[in-house]
Amino acid sequence: MDILYLLIPLSAVLVLAILGVFAWALHGGQFDDLEHQGAQILDGASAPLDNHQAGHAAAAEQSPRRERTTTTTEDP
Amino acid sequence: MNVNTPVHYTDGPVRAFALAAVVWGVVGMLVGVVIAAQLAFPDLTHGISWLSYGRLRPLHTNAVIFAFGGSALFATSYHVVQRTCQVPLFLPKLAAFTVWGWNAVIVLAAVTLPLGITQAKEYAELEWPIDLLIAVVWVAYAIVFFGTIGTRRVRHIYVANWFFGAFIIAVALLHIVNSAAMPASLWKSYSAYAGVQDAMVQWWYGHNAVGFFLTAGFLGMMYYYIPKQAERPVYSYRLSIVHFWALIFTYMWAGPHHLHYTALPDWAQSIGMVFSLVLLAPSWGGMINGVMTLSGAWYKLRDDPILKFLIVSLSFYGMSTFEGPMMSIKTVNALSHYTDWTIGHVHSGALGWVGLISMGSLYYLIPRMFGRTTMHSVPAINLHFWIATLGIVLYIAAMWIAGVMQGLMWRALNPDGTLVYTFVESVKATFPFYLIRLVGGLLYLAGMGVMCWNVVMTIKHGAARPAPIPQLAHA
Repeated sequence: MDILYLLIPLSAVLVLAILGVFAWALHGGQFDDLEHQGAQILDGASAPLDNHQAGHAAAAEQSPRRERTTTTTEDP
Repeated sequence: MNVNTPVHYTDGPVRAFALAAVVWGVVGMLVGVVIAAQLAFPDLTHGISWLSYGRLRPLHTNAVIFAFGGSALFATSYHVVQRTCQVPLFLPKLAAFTVWGWNAVIVLAAVTLPLGITQAKEYAELEWPIDLLIAVVWVAYAIVFFGTIGTRRVRHIYVANWFFGAFIIAVALLHIVNSAAMPASLWKSYSAYAGVQDAMVQWWYGHNAVGFFLTAGFLGMMYYYIPKQAERPVYSYRLSIVHFWALIFTYMWAGPHHLHYTALPDWAQSIGMVFSLVLLAPSWGGMINGVMTLSGAWYKLRDDPILKFLIVSLSFYGMSTFEGPMMSIKTVNALSHYTDWTIGHVHSGALGWVGLISMGSLYYLIPRMFGRTTMHSVPAINLHFWIATLGIVLYIAAMWIAGVMQGLMWRALNPDGTLVYTFVESVKATFPFYLIRLVGGLLYLAGMGVMCWNVVMTIKHGAARPAPIPQLAHA
């Protein structure tokens, strides 16, 4: 069963990669406000972002790519 | 307003894939009905090789999984990622390329499979030039999807996007490993693996295709379209996050349960069984989470046929994710394997879960993509729901009975150790159930025909208008 020498390490690498992404999501604040986030998609088009996210979006307007690294929270 | 800020969503690819899903759905299910009829009436196509069961069966599976299901996944993932990230698609031209590329793959499959050009690996039959095209289209898909997430304006990545993202990455990996082959000519290649090694890779791919293509992707639909249609947030958003991580951590090693009692080492079979049993927990967590979204608003289920599609699809998801782990238990598998019970199980997942969740999501999506809020005819959605559900029940009940009967007949022994029944006796006994299955399939196809008419009428009286992205108020 030589194929297991490919498939098992591949699974191990994958689990490590999944752990890495999970750690990124956890420490990146993705799970900070779970009660609120589930309802976010139902908000009407007029109020899609809260103040915190609006700060991000204002930064993103100049450079959409920068948004994730910016942490400004000023009220727009 | 800054010129860099796009004002409209990129809905062209969403529209194209949504309509492709409906058209390919009709085609794929029609081929399914033809091969169901062939099993009951083997001489139906007069021995024409292009229309023989062995060639049409992979055409059916490829058409419904990759053409119908795939197009529905492309459409909904492109829609959901834009709406939840509040940005247009990253590289819209590349997204348009995925529309043409994916449909080219489907057309090539529809030509090569009836010609008998195949790698003979289940759900991965397409020959190497088409496999290369799939890989290119899939990489383009990943760039568009993850690029859109990378440019998002909403900091939180909604849970549906995690499911879609995992599906895209996993399918890329599975496809590349399993399709590794040495070409011998333009339309012939040999797998990089041999014998039981090949079987192991094939079912590592095959079951993960079920897990990531037919489950994770459609769970992405579930977590967006059920809350939207019910106008309520998902029952527990926290549980949806747990559902996601638990599912992707445990899915990868369920494949060996397809190889019980084969040359695969016994311990590898047992690992496959254990992982399959573990999967019951996250699957049911997700199912309950989706259904309970209607908690306190059950009356909506009575009036809203789209919610009927979405919620009933989850009950089939629950049924098949219970049945699957049970069938992976070796003693149960000894009875069920190679019988029509497996076909019943697959179709409870495919017609019930994948089909109904896609149809429900498309019924939500299509009118909104053509400047309307509802489909042309809501009673027609209701009609579709009931014919489809009746079709599924006939189909899976017939296959369950046929499967258990076949399993019992094949293992029945006389006191002297000889078989009680010849194989052909079990085939003969299955005939009435093949007829019932054919009726079930016809009903399901008829429902898809109703949907097709409804979609045409909706588009006729609608217009594809660009949808504005909500803009921020600047103080």
